[in-house]
Amino acid sequence: MAIEVRIPTILRSYTDGEKAVAGSGGTLAELFADLDASHPGIRERLVDGGELRRFINVYLNDEDVRFLDGIATSLKDGDSVTILPAVAGGMR
Amino acid sequence: MRFDSPLAAVGNTPLVRLPRLSPAESVRVWAKLEDRNPTGSIKDRPALFMIEQAEKDGRLTPGCTILEPTSGNTGISLAMAARLKGYRIVCVMPENTSAERRELLAMWGAEIISSPAAGGSNTAVRVAKELAAEHPDWVMLYQYGNPDNAGAHYATTGPEILADLPSVTHFVAGLGTTGTLMGAGRYLREQRPGVKIIAAEPRYDDLVYGLRNLDEGFVPELYDAAVLTSRYSVSSTDAVARTRELLSEEGIFAGISTGAALHAALGTARKAVAAGEEADIVFVVADGGWKYLSTGVYTAASTEEAVALLHGQLWA
Repeated sequence: MAIEVRIPTILRSYTDGEKAVAGSGGTLAELFADLDASHPGIRERLVDGGELRRFINVYLNDEDVRFLDGIATSLKDGDSVTILPAVAGGMR
Repeated sequence: MRFDSPLAAVGNTPLVRLPRLSPAESVRVWAKLEDRNPTGSIKDRPALFMIEQAEKDGRLTPGCTILEPTSGNTGISLAMAARLKGYRIVCVMPENTSAERRELLAMWGAEIISSPAAGGSNTAVRVAKELAAEHPDWVMLYQYGNPDNAGAHYATTGPEILADLPSVTHFVAGLGTTGTLMGAGRYLREQRPGVKIIAAEPRYDDLVYGLRNLDEGFVPELYDAAVLTSRYSVSSTDAVARTRELLSEEGIFAGISTGAALHAALGTARKAVAAGEEADIVFVVADGGWKYLSTGVYTAASTEEAVALLHGQLWA
């Protein structure tokens, strides 16, 4: 089952510069484990102690997974996952 | 409406129903027109409130210098209030900020200290914190961590919405300092426990995020995830498309971050229709489109063209 994962610039060293990669998994945790198999080391940058790292935001179809089920959020075929660094607002 | 001074005219903004963008009779979308504040943005509320609370606490006294990391509306609001109240103000802003912004700040007498473009607002915050340490007599109101930022919305924005629309079911606003969502959200939740509080966060293209270090990310001190029901990341494409739609369908000329909030509001509205629920969804028009005219997004022939014009720019 294919899920598109958009990778931020800072993590593209793990994906040979690819902006988006495909992964699979029934949950976000499984997806990250699958990603780590093809792109070793990337999981460690996203997850710490079984939780998302503080300055990492992950969105499932544009919705922040912290308001879904976090790392246990269920995924289905065709979903789009976006990983982004947490930043201060632009023009505040 | 009559007021004794321009500063007294902050708030009490109109709440307008959007008949053409509301998807059904039972699911209504309402715009809170915060561009009707004295300097043209929602930031007049927290700026004035933070200054007045600091005056009450004795932190801000005549002749003081105010310091703030801001590249936009908060700086403009603070500068206007500072001028009227006789304070000096220094704004720290990224060097790649637009000419309009610099003009507006300079116009109200703010001094501008540029921070390196790399790292954007995160860097401006860091530089401002360094300056505050070097100048202990300067007063940094610090919108990202000052409870009076959220307090302004708890005291004014939230009560205004509830008074105008007691049946409110959803409140949607852009997520930056998080002050609007935290303050108005807490108030509405207390008064209407079932209300949904929804954040629309700008998602920029790679050029803006650049090589941002994941270990030095930034989460505003004010942010409390417990206040929010959900949080959406809205792409530049969706924000621009909705900004243009708001203009063409309802005649509202708003800034681009408003398009992001509208996108989340309309997504929420669609879900309510699908679930067969009645809903009154309020979203915030944070400012008008004036400061973004030079981007060309309002008059571009197509949304695709407008998005291309915005490439690499901060728009919220």
